[in-house]
Amino acid sequence: MLKRNTTLKWILLSPAFALTGILIAYPLAYNFYLSFHSWYGSATRLPRFEGFSNYIATLSDPRFWNSIRVTIVFTILALGIEIVAGFFIALYINREFRGKNFIKALFVFPFAATPVAIALVWRNMYDPTLGVINYFVSLIGRVQPVEWLTKPHLVIPSLAFVDIWQWTPLVVLICMAGLEGLPREPIESAQIDGASKWQIFRRIIFPLMGPTLIAATMIRSWDVIKVFDIIYVMTAGGPGFASENLNIYIYNTAFFYFNMGYASSMMVILFAIVLGFNIILYQLTKRGNEKS
Amino acid sequence: MKFLKSLFFYLGLFIIIIPTVFVFYWMISGGFKTQLQIISSPPVFFFEPNIKNYIEVITQHNFGLYMWNSFVVAALSTLVALLVGIPAGYSISRFRMRTSVFLLTVSRMVPFVSYLMPWFITFRRWGLIDSYTGLTLAHLIVNMPIVVLLMSTFFEEVPYELEEAAEIDGASKVNVFKYVSLPLARNGVITSAILSFVFSWNQFLFSLILSGPRTQTVPIAVFNFMTYEEIAWGGLLAAATMITLPVLILTIFIHKYIVRGLTLGALKG
Repeated sequence: MLKRNTTLKWILLSPAFALTGILIAYPLAYNFYLSFHSWYGSATRLPRFEGFSNYIATLSDPRFWNSIRVTIVFTILALGIEIVAGFFIALYINREFRGKNFIKALFVFPFAATPVAIALVWRNMYDPTLGVINYFVSLIGRVQPVEWLTKPHLVIPSLAFVDIWQWTPLVVLICMAGLEGLPREPIESAQIDGASKWQIFRRIIFPLMGPTLIAATMIRSWDVIKVFDIIYVMTAGGPGFASENLNIYIYNTAFFYFNMGYASSMMVILFAIVLGFNIILYQLTKRGNEKS
Repeated sequence: MKFLKSLFFYLGLFIIIIPTVFVFYWMISGGFKTQLQIISSPPVFFFEPNIKNYIEVITQHNFGLYMWNSFVVAALSTLVALLVGIPAGYSISRFRMRTSVFLLTVSRMVPFVSYLMPWFITFRRWGLIDSYTGLTLAHLIVNMPIVVLLMSTFFEEVPYELEEAAEIDGASKVNVFKYVSLPLARNGVITSAILSFVFSWNQFLFSLILSGPRTQTVPIAVFNFMTYEEIAWGGLLAAATMITLPVLILTIFIHKYIVRGLTLGALKG
C-alpha cells in the first residue's frame, strides 16, 4: 500500500482531477470572482468591479435577513427533531426480530424517493379543504380547516415536517449501524454489576454513540441548510417570503432578477455558514475525544 | 408475558412505520382515484381503482419523452462517473490521499446553486442549454464525488496482500486490478452505479435551469404540470408514482449499503 508508485497514482487520478477542476473548482472560483462585481447576466455589459459592495448590501437587505432567519429556524427544527427522533427510534428497534430487514429496506424509501414527487403528495395532503391531514385533525375535533402552507407562522414547521418525514429514517439507519457496532462487554458487565437501564444508557451507550450522532448531524446539516426542492415545489418561498430560505432567495436573485453578482456574494455567505457549522461540530468531536 | 412483550414491541413498530407507509399509500392510491374521489370529503380510503389517470398522463402529456430524457441523462452521467471515478477511488484507497477526500467532501457542502450559475452562463454561451451534454455534465457534479469517495472505501476493504500475491505470480498491474481488486469491490460498483443513477434521476435544481423543451426531465415536467394548469391531482399523483417507483425498486438492491453511500463512505451500515 505504501509503495509510492507516483506515475500510476496520477494516471488513475488525472481524469477525475480534470473533471473536478472543470466542473467544481471553476464555478466556485468564478462565483468568488463575481461576488465582488456587479453584473446582470448581460453578454454585452461585462461585470463591473465593485469591491465589497455586494457584501455590504446584504447588511441592509431585509429580505436577506428574513431568509437567514428562515434558514436557521428550519435547520434547528428539522435537524434537531431528526437527530433526536432518529436516535430514539434506533434504540427502540435495536434488537433481533422478524422483519428487521424489511423495516430497514422500508426506511430507505422516504429519502430515496424523488423529492418532487414527495413534495407533491405532501402538498395534496396539506391542502386545507381536500387534504387528508385536515381530515385527521377534524377527527380530533377541530372544525376549522388549518391552512398549513399559507399561514406565515405555520409554513416553516409544516415544511420542516416533510424534511423530518423524509430524513429521520436515514438517521435511524445510521444510528442502528452505530449501535450494532458497539462493544458488548461494557454493557454486559454493567448489567452484571446491577446497573439500571437508564444508567447503562446514560453512562455507556450515549457517550459511545457520540461520534455517530455528531457525524449524522454534520451530514444532515449539509443538506438541511440548503434545502431547495421541497420548499420550491410546495410553496416557492411563500406566502410572501415566509418560507424563503437563503438558498431559494439566492436562486431567485440569480435566475429571476438576474442579479448575478449579488447572488454570488450570498452563495459565498451560505457556504461560509455551512463550513462554519461543520468546523464547530468537528471541534466538538475532537474535544469529546480528548476527554474520553 | 414474553408474548405480551413482543406484542407491544410490534405495536410500537407499527406506529413508527405508519407515516412512511401512509404517504406512499396516499401517493399510489391517489393515482387510481377519479377527480370526484380525490376531492370528496371525508377522504376515500377504499375504492375501486381505475387507470384512467395513467392513460391520460402517458398519452396526453408526452410523458414517455420525459422519462426517456431522464433515463438518458442518468445513464450517461452514471457511466462517465463510473469510468472516471473507479480508477480515482482505487488510487485514493491505495495511495492514501486525505486532501483529495477532504476536497471532494467539501464539494458536497457547497450550495448547489453555486455550481449552477457559472454553468448556466457558460452553457448559454456554448449553446448547451437544453442539451443532453449540458445536463450530463451538470449531473456529474453531484455523481462523480460520490462515486470516487464510495469506491475508495470499498477498495480499502480489498486486502493489499491479495494484490501482492497476484503480482508475485506474474500478473500485470492492469490484470491485478481487473481480476482481483475490481471483482472484490463489486458491491461498491453496484452501489455507486445505482446511487448515482438515482441522484441524477431525482435531480431537480440543475435540470430546472439547464433543461428545455427537448430535454426536460420527469421531475421538471411534473413540476410544470402543477404550475401551468389547474391542479389535476389524479394525474399528478399517477405521475409521481411513475417517477418514484423505478427509484424505489433500484434502492431495494442496495439498501444494505445506503448508509455508506449517503454519508460519502464516512459511516458504514
